[in-house]
Amino acid sequence: MSAIAVSAARRSQDLAAAWAFVRRHVLTVYAMLGFAYLMLPIGFVIAFSFNHPQGRFNYVWNGFTFDNWKHWDGVPGLRSALVLSIEIGLLASLLATALGTLIALALVRYRFRARGATNILIFLPLSTPEIVLGASLLTLFGNRQISNVIQLGFWTILIAHVMFCISFAVVTIKARLIGFDRHLEEAAMDLGANEWATFTKVTLPLIAPAILASMLLCFAVSVDDFVVTYFNAGPRVTFPVFVWNSARVGAPPQVNVIGSVIFIVAVTGMVANVLVQIRRQRSAATV
Amino acid sequence: MGESIVLSAVREPQTQAPPVESTPARVKTADVRLVGVTKRFDDVVAVDDLSLEIERGSFFALLGPSGCGKTTTLRMIGGFEQPTEGEIFLGDREVSGLPSYKRDVNTVFQSYALFPHLSVLENVAFGLRRRGVKGKDVQTRVRDMLRIVGLEGLEGRRPRQLSGGQQQRVALARALVNRPRVLLLDEPLGALDLKLRKQMQLELKGIQHEVGITFIHVTHDQEEAMTMADRIAVMNAGRIEQLGTPTELYETPQTAYVAGFLGVSNLIAGTVAGPDRVRLHGGPEVRVPPAALAGRSGEVAVGIRPEKIDLSGEHENRIDGRVVESAYIGVATQYVVETPCGRLIVYSQNTQPGSGPSARDHATTLSWNPESTFVVNSMEEEPK
Ligand SMILES: Nc1ncnc2c1ncn2[C@@H]1O[C@H](COP(=O)(O)OP(=O)(O)O)[C@@H](O)[C@H]1O
Ligand SMILES: [Mg+2]
Repeated sequence: MSAIAVSAARRSQDLAAAWAFVRRHVLTVYAMLGFAYLMLPIGFVIAFSFNHPQGRFNYVWNGFTFDNWKHWDGVPGLRSALVLSIEIGLLASLLATALGTLIALALVRYRFRARGATNILIFLPLSTPEIVLGASLLTLFGNRQISNVIQLGFWTILIAHVMFCISFAVVTIKARLIGFDRHLEEAAMDLGANEWATFTKVTLPLIAPAILASMLLCFAVSVDDFVVTYFNAGPRVTFPVFVWNSARVGAPPQVNVIGSVIFIVAVTGMVANVLVQIRRQRSAATV
Repeated sequence: MGESIVLSAVREPQTQAPPVESTPARVKTADVRLVGVTKRFDDVVAVDDLSLEIERGSFFALLGPSGCGKTTTLRMIGGFEQPTEGEIFLGDREVSGLPSYKRDVNTVFQSYALFPHLSVLENVAFGLRRRGVKGKDVQTRVRDMLRIVGLEGLEGRRPRQLSGGQQQRVALARALVNRPRVLLLDEPLGALDLKLRKQMQLELKGIQHEVGITFIHVTHDQEEAMTMADRIAVMNAGRIEQLGTPTELYETPQTAYVAGFLGVSNLIAGTVAGPDRVRLHGGPEVRVPPAALAGRSGEVAVGIRPEKIDLSGEHENRIDGRVVESAYIGVATQYVVETPCGRLIVYSQNTQPGSGPSARDHATTLSWNPESTFVVNSMEEEPK
């Protein structure tokens, strides 16, 4: 009788232990599943960049090869599309961040007539569907008077990208400026710095992280954009447009190579950023 | 001594055409002069027709409750705000309209406003570099100044790696290293704990002696102002209520507001009954210094500081009363005495063990020296 009681007690103990194990690890399992869901497509992209496809379509695993990485620009048009995307991305992030910094400064620092309206207007490109944005820009650039001056191509892509990047730039830099202690600038002027010296010696260094963040964000948004670009590119082909065009007739594995590189660069950047942050915190804590 | 009337803070704007007794020497050495300065923010009048002269090399305090316009006054001298009306002189130069980087004035901000991206050394060197001081000179002057404020060896630190007291010293060094004509301090000790604040009060005073620069110090703490300043302007609602030395303000306050703001005081309503006499409402007639009365007539209020009142009837001005409350506070015992003129507070110094009546309801006669009496217009602290 006592043996039965003991074994029953043991069983309930085992159950409790199992339940405790599940309870302890359910979050981990859930997180891993979520992570897998996010990473699976990326994993496929990377894996298939090493595929040796049989036909034009890179959908069936056929064999491992480094060829695609070695001859990453072996596909006609890919290299020029990539170069164009990077050019546009760099220029657009530079211009948008410069303009966005000035707009953010004006919005945070000064009270002026159309301040409220400007604040809303800045958010408009963020909230407008891209398809509307692209179509309306095409209507604008397609206008006779305007297309006489500027034809669809590099400059129209750039203008379009700067336009929607400004929103991101303003939002990023405004956040930093709102937390900015105005007394710092007053202190600089108090110590003999004129407006320009105050800006370059105090304001700019202090908002530099936001400016960098804005450039990265704008670059990412610009390089990635398809819808607006497709409407306004005219004969020019950016990387996303190239991928779209080739996907219809069979995407070459080189597209996966470029995709993998972009992913690796982004992740490396993020990890580096985290490491720098940790190091900074440590150095602040050691005092 | 008793008849020295406190100078009225509000001077005539024109210092020209000096009468014989006006002291031109003082005018010449005025480091900072405000003439009829008004500052309005929309419909708020922060500073109201304020005139002021601050002597070269003095430690001057602007004292008043929060919102009375101290910071705004300081910011106008520093060049961070421009006056709506009036003129500001630094020495002989009219500076209103000049930006702060063109004024020979430096500021210690309440929040310190240290540059977080620069080291202590670069923070302190900031002003020197802007003025084109080069290389070795910068190093020497910065290190000298850091030594004066007691921060040697911390040159390489960032502001966030310093304690509040150390940050305060960096802010001070950063301003003083430029050897400005005037140093402005806006509640510089406000963020420090009590002990450090007391210590810094004396240190600041010492540093001011050492460097000989005019200090204008804003505070709402009357004790701090009295500890440090040579002269104090008590502000109320954008105006100067009274200006004088700490002694003058304490011994002969001109208004109920000043009497109440600096320490504890007993005010008793009365009617002027002669060139040196006031009949207290509900009580006896007392003698006051004629200078304190200053030609007033009709209704006034008579003031006596609690420590000037004796619990024995040995002085000329007397009033009967009954102790209703007593509290032993170490150096003194504080009594609340019910009199026909209302409750009076009396501090009796405990010079002998067990002295003074400790029982409540003890009948007593309060007395005080007429010379210790001051007179103000009314009991009300009119915010005018
Ligand atoms: N920039 C400003 N805009 C509007 N009102 C202000 C501004 N600065 C100060 N004031 C007002 O002016 C008055 C005096 O303020 P301040 O000089 O800061 O007083 P204190 O330093 O004595 O506390 C207050 O009523 C305050 O609200
Ligand atoms: Mg203030």
